[in-house]
Amino acid sequence: MKKLLLTLLLMPFLAMPLAVSASESVSLDKAPIDAADHESLQRGARTFVNYCLNCHSANYMRYNRLLEIGLTEKQIKDNLLLAGEKIGDTMKVAINKKDAMKWFGAAPPDLSVEVRARGADWVYTYMRGFYRDSTRATGWNNTVFDKVGMPHVLYGLQGEQELNHETHALKLVKPGKLSVEEYDVLVGDLTNFMAYMAEPAKHQRNQLGWFVLLFLGVLLVLTYKLKKAYWKEIH
Amino acid sequence: MTDKNKSALSSALNDGLNWVDARFPLTSNVKAHLTEYYAPKNFNFWYFFGSLALLVLVLQILTGIFLTMHYKPDADLAFGSVEYIMRDVPWGWLIRYMHSTGASMFFVVVYLHMFRGIIYGSYRNPRELIWLFGVGIFLVLMGEAFFGYLLPWGQMSYWGAQVIVNLFSAIPLIGPDVSEWLRGDYLVSDATLNRFFAFHVIALPFVLVGLVVAHLIALHEVGSNNPDGIEIKKLKDKKTGFPLDGIPFHPYYTVKDLVGVSVFLIVFSAIVFFAPEMGGYFLEANNFVPADPLKTPAHIAPVWYFTPYYSILRAVPPILNSQFPGVAAMGLSVVAFAFLPWLDKSPVKSIRYRGMLYKQWLLAFVISFLVLGYLGTVPSNIWGQFGAWMGGADRATVVARIFTAVYFLFFILMPWYTKKDKTKPVPERVTG
Repeated sequence: MKKLLLTLLLMPFLAMPLAVSASESVSLDKAPIDAADHESLQRGARTFVNYCLNCHSANYMRYNRLLEIGLTEKQIKDNLLLAGEKIGDTMKVAINKKDAMKWFGAAPPDLSVEVRARGADWVYTYMRGFYRDSTRATGWNNTVFDKVGMPHVLYGLQGEQELNHETHALKLVKPGKLSVEEYDVLVGDLTNFMAYMAEPAKHQRNQLGWFVLLFLGVLLVLTYKLKKAYWKEIH
Repeated sequence: MTDKNKSALSSALNDGLNWVDARFPLTSNVKAHLTEYYAPKNFNFWYFFGSLALLVLVLQILTGIFLTMHYKPDADLAFGSVEYIMRDVPWGWLIRYMHSTGASMFFVVVYLHMFRGIIYGSYRNPRELIWLFGVGIFLVLMGEAFFGYLLPWGQMSYWGAQVIVNLFSAIPLIGPDVSEWLRGDYLVSDATLNRFFAFHVIALPFVLVGLVVAHLIALHEVGSNNPDGIEIKKLKDKKTGFPLDGIPFHPYYTVKDLVGVSVFLIVFSAIVFFAPEMGGYFLEANNFVPADPLKTPAHIAPVWYFTPYYSILRAVPPILNSQFPGVAAMGLSVVAFAFLPWLDKSPVKSIRYRGMLYKQWLLAFVISFLVLGYLGTVPSNIWGQFGAWMGGADRATVVARIFTAVYFLFFILMPWYTKKDKTKPVPERVTG
């Protein structure tokens, strides 16, 4: 009977590792996620606003939320609000959906919760996985997103990679402004920021969780003692 | 407080209570359902899940009320309003995660509660109606979960609803009309979202609460079963008239259930605060992509609590080009529980006094349920294909067919194996 109980309890978790990312055959690199690293988040926010936010919106993310990651109101206004937005606005873009369809074949998706949809590792690998492909209209392709519509926006920083179709290895053929290590840090910060943006309350949630569990632990001791006291007379 | 004041206060309270009792059966109800409701004293671990189901129901209703204050049932706004709750509503993330975790935990406790009923024969005479109300609760709960799952308006919400509603169109004659009526449109759309919202927040909760009340009234009428499956009402104290093996529900089981509640809340909070997605089982990654009627996801799977039945649906092959047999089998696999009181012919109720034959069938059923549950979460080509000798069939599909057969045989053969089973003698008094 004990075994039956155990299997039944474990039912939802039996296949846990299998369900994490379905249908991805490409191996993904581990993204350096640290919600407590405010400097990394701030650098990521800057990269996001400067490069991604031209085509991709983050419609559910408000600028003033960045106060949480240590930016001041003045810093946000001076560095991130470049087109007359208010600090309480969400991160919208002016790009026209129809134009975008014409240019890229698909409208750039909103990135507010992209990390929750695809996973941080996917984003981290994707941003480092662009390579030259002359068969594509944009001239770019990607190792984790075949025939991607998006061109390599950061190619000035990373340079140009080529894919060896037999070994599936990427090779830097034309260096960009950043070294390989510097570029990885930049994309790591960007991914870290996007992970934060996908669920800004996550850090608070995790911290609060320990207090809640501590409280419930005490409650359990008390309720258990109460039960024992009442049941003393039952035989 | 002096003694004089004390007695003045208590007589004032007494007068108040008498005033109420003359107009509303308060004291008699508290007695009937709590202080003089005698429950067997040998309840074990399995008996926590009834009160926990009630707790989750209350949690779902309370968190649901707060979610409706901020949620927008509109195809253009729904997805964004959920993110608004997660970000801009104070403590919105907590309320939403409690609700989404509560949905899955509801099924966890209800499945364990049902399993308890099965192993101790709680569905047997005289508790058939309690069981039938319970099956009704289970069915309505499934509907409630299904309608609620569309509301976040993510890809999985959308395509899950599309698949399930389409199932109804496989019913002969009336099918297409039924599914159109459910959707309110030719495909899942804004109209569907609106009516699912109405079903989810008022229609089904109303029925659910009604059934729960009926479930409890019926229970308190005949009294609780226990792990020994014997009737404690048969042996009563000659003086008091209360069952010898019974103890008042309050305070004994209220304080005991508080321990169960504490443990449950620890598990519940661990999920809410540290793993609300539960590795994609409670909240699916694909549901963080807004619904797109033009983009079908590569793999559509229902949430984990539906997957055993979904597996059965996929396992049954179409006959004469009709999906109806699969749909019928799926429906039957859920409704089958309702027939248990009349399928079980054993002279004993509890698994403690049953023989190996029954235990083997029960184990086979539990394994089928779990395997089918797992297979329902993955694509049917997950284990590759058999060779030409099996016509190149998907391995997982063949396995699902075998376990679907076992699942139904557990019910179909029950009258036979419960009769043939070598049972042990049942004691007079509960054994603890």
